[in-house]
Amino acid sequence: MKTYQLEILSNIQVSERYWHMTLNSENIEEPIVPGQFFNIKCGEDELPFLRRPFSIYRINQEEKTIEFLYLVKGAGTVNLTKFKADDQLDVLGPLGIGFRLEEDWDSILLLARGVGIATLAALAQEAAAKNVKCVAILSARSNNDLLAAETLQGFGATVIKVTEEEGTSGVENVQRLVEELIVEHGVKAAFTCGSMRLSRLLQKITFKENIPAQIALEEHMGCAMGVCYACVCNIRESHGIKSVRVCIEGPVFDLEKVVLT
Amino acid sequence: MMDNLSLDIQIGSLHLKNPVMPASGAFGFEMESILDFNELGALVPKSITKYPRGGNDTPRVCEVTGGMINSIGIQSKGLPYYLEHIIPQYQKYDVPLIASISADSIEEFTEMSEIIGANPAVSAIELNISCPNLEGNGKAFGMDGDLSFELIQKVKSVTDQPLIAKLTPNVTSIQEIALACEEAGADGLNVANTILGMAIDIHTRKPKIGNVMGGISGPAIKPIIVRLIHQVRNVTTLPIIGCGGIMNSDDAIEMILAGASSVQIGTANFINPLTMIEVLEGIKEYMRRYEISDINNLVGKVNLPSSTSTLY
Repeated sequence: MKTYQLEILSNIQVSERYWHMTLNSENIEEPIVPGQFFNIKCGEDELPFLRRPFSIYRINQEEKTIEFLYLVKGAGTVNLTKFKADDQLDVLGPLGIGFRLEEDWDSILLLARGVGIATLAALAQEAAAKNVKCVAILSARSNNDLLAAETLQGFGATVIKVTEEEGTSGVENVQRLVEELIVEHGVKAAFTCGSMRLSRLLQKITFKENIPAQIALEEHMGCAMGVCYACVCNIRESHGIKSVRVCIEGPVFDLEKVVLT
Repeated sequence: MMDNLSLDIQIGSLHLKNPVMPASGAFGFEMESILDFNELGALVPKSITKYPRGGNDTPRVCEVTGGMINSIGIQSKGLPYYLEHIIPQYQKYDVPLIASISADSIEEFTEMSEIIGANPAVSAIELNISCPNLEGNGKAFGMDGDLSFELIQKVKSVTDQPLIAKLTPNVTSIQEIALACEEAGADGLNVANTILGMAIDIHTRKPKIGNVMGGISGPAIKPIIVRLIHQVRNVTTLPIIGCGGIMNSDDAIEMILAGASSVQIGTANFINPLTMIEVLEGIKEYMRRYEISDINNLVGKVNLPSSTSTLY
């Protein structure tokens, strides 16, 4: 973890609500793992005052670039859209513990919703590099919000889209899909991000099927360095419930341990 | 060009090589990889409570204009863990450790101070008599002069450690509390803890903080803190630690001119983890520019109009 001034290579609107940013990451010496995030200073003004955490969308080792796909939602992300190519961006990171891909997991399932898709895209990229078969169910309000589907397909992932627009994103339909895909693809591990509802569903299914699963959690953060205890969640341990910090002990946790609210 | 700047300050028997330190709750060992702790005047780990505490419901922070509101609830692993694991982490640094203590009763403050005070790795105790987040509708010991007096007197009787009382700004007269702490034997005053505030999401109509109210920190509160330091300085000669809204060295110098001899930096660490180092450098630059060889010669040196009518 360090603060870096990174050169912005591009920052463009890619759909009605989403923007995409590419940064030159050649100065970052530490390894960057899918599921990790950067805490980004989105402006010099009093608002947005705090940095904003963004999970990494793509890590391009050879080009030495990193990419973020972000939903324009509040003061921070609105301000982030004002940055242009060649501007410098103040980022703190890489932060947190990322996803774990074990050797014998030759087939994985991703279940993501909304901006959580960006978080799992980085994992699909790593899975592709490791020849791990990947099937992804991507959920969003509309097809407009599912631009990242093409990125995942580009990594060789089988992508199934479900949306409110088409009436396919209901929990029952997703449950049927997950259960079918687990069998069809011989899924060895599952990963989720972006929806409490879908996370609860995946927790239930993977527990029943005895499949290891991981979740990347999102939470309001203060420092993102583990010192302020703002971003906590509860984890089930053998001796009871334990409060952990999402920024430093996560954001990726074993799904079976997380107390989902 | 001045080469021999003296940044040394004294808080009772506690000697600091420079006046810049972190504010409790906004600093931790986790920052070790990004910040050279040996550069700091003191180290102040997060407040410790006697028993483990789970902390408050989330969201625990929310952003406001020029700052943030927090209500963490002093999540803590308890005193035994603190003594065994937290304090030893800092022993490799050649910087005094100020232990911040929070408790629910005077007896608990006293008991904890005696135990922590006896630890040779501790150089001073900061009594968090002002945390606004504990039970009692945001009330704290530091809102009552008699209680503050009794608390500090009792703690003073069980330990020889320098005692710093962290005052709350959420009072009618901070001078009354400052005097009570001085009379009880405090060695220094921290001015101040966060200012109680509240924010509401107008769309969900819910408070933006799980605990409804929380403490405001950040540059938004700095003028209030400068005023409080000035007011406290008018009634006591005790060393004052200025704390609240410092983002850069100009802010720190402003507090020193108002009457603080040292400063604590909290929220700014979240935006720029190197703030403390930059503040220290900026203070040195200011001293060179105005040919101030000793930082103590700056303390309280605000040029007030001669005819100030003191309504405060």
